[in-house]
Amino acid sequence: MKKTLLISKLILIMALASTTSRAAEECFERTSRAIFKMNMALDEAIIEPIAKGYNKLPKPIKTGTSNFTSNISTLLSIPNNVLQGNFKQLGHSIGSFAINTSIGIFGFLNPAEKIGLKPHKEDVGQTLGTYGFGPGCYFVLPVLGPTTLRDSLGMIADTFVDPFAHITIREKELLGSSGNTLDYYSVKGVGVVDFRAENDKNIENLEKNSIDFYSSLKSIYLQDRENKISNSSGDQDEWGNLDN
Amino acid sequence: MIRKIIYLLSFFFIIQNHLFSYSSNPRDFVNELVNEAIEKLSDKSLTDEKKTNFIEEIALENVDINALGLYTLGELRKSASQEDISNYQKSFEKYFLKSLTSRLNDYSSGKFQVIGEDKKSSNYTIVNSKITPGDGSPEIKVDWRIYTKNPDKPLIRDLIVEGLSLARTQKEEFASILNSNDNEIKKLILKLEEFINK
Repeated sequence: MKKTLLISKLILIMALASTTSRAAEECFERTSRAIFKMNMALDEAIIEPIAKGYNKLPKPIKTGTSNFTSNISTLLSIPNNVLQGNFKQLGHSIGSFAINTSIGIFGFLNPAEKIGLKPHKEDVGQTLGTYGFGPGCYFVLPVLGPTTLRDSLGMIADTFVDPFAHITIREKELLGSSGNTLDYYSVKGVGVVDFRAENDKNIENLEKNSIDFYSSLKSIYLQDRENKISNSSGDQDEWGNLDN
Repeated sequence: MIRKIIYLLSFFFIIQNHLFSYSSNPRDFVNELVNEAIEKLSDKSLTDEKKTNFIEEIALENVDINALGLYTLGELRKSASQEDISNYQKSFEKYFLKSLTSRLNDYSSGKFQVIGEDKKSSNYTIVNSKITPGDGSPEIKVDWRIYTKNPDKPLIRDLIVEGLSLARTQKEEFASILNSNDNEIKKLILKLEEFINK
């Protein structure tokens, strides 16, 4: 009964979210800006130094680590491709994961890409987007960063549909594999460091050249999510009425 | 994600038209312009100052800074006074050029290739290109929004790198500043001036 109520509430929230087709509106901007500031301090104190250290590692180690975390994240794409009815991408995801995990030595190598398998990363937020749910309002989460109402709910749902979360957070056995919560957060943590390291100079540059860094990141986040949902590179023709 | 937008931003400064005029065909225009820019920016005999001057010249010549300024101002461009718009445009141009030239040191060579074009209307053509970075990183897809109202003089209005639009990012950044300052264009100009003078 409680579960039914919870699901009903989620559907109601999503329905409300769908009425705002663009996430330009903030849920609570002042709080988000404060959290953003806190996240930046956290980044400066912890993540950035780790990322700089990580960047000093030999390239094959960094590439292998990046491949490994990327391969695991492909698992989340599999159920989402089913939910989206995107069977071509489903084939790419399953094929890529199977080949990279076996021939690619647990995902450290990426032979799947060489034979043309390029799975898109899909999550529940994107799946909801393809169902027509709008992003809802925008806010910033502590540690996790930018999100929207839809994507934050999607993030929670991800842990229920992600096979990797199933065997780690929920400690269930799947195809003879099992793990624990520490495994889950370790892999996610390494993924964050890998991303941060790859973008170290770019983040620094963007921050230096932004008048309002918070808004720049918000815009980038929202554009990126829109593109991921439509599986295309956005080309909104908003210039139409500017023919001076 | 952020990497993409940085590519987007940094590639604005590889646009130059120093001595040569480029083809009026949008596809050739982008191809000639970028390849010449890569050549110049890779030239180790040129000082940073000379490269900065190149960038400013080519931006003024080939980027529709005036339209970009109006676009990034959003709806306010319809209600603001002519005087305010004019002051804003002056500040925006300085801001834009400073923003471009500050990225000069971030340029790293890569292979540039135009891969297609899509004529949207008589006024716009999107030129599709890709950049293969020299350090072995994955290819970056870059689309160029070319304004072709004057078919003899195409102008760049936007770069879209892996789906992330420079103009839209800028517009949303400015919108946020305006929202938190009662839509006062003077406050935005002040912010631009702060950036220019820092």
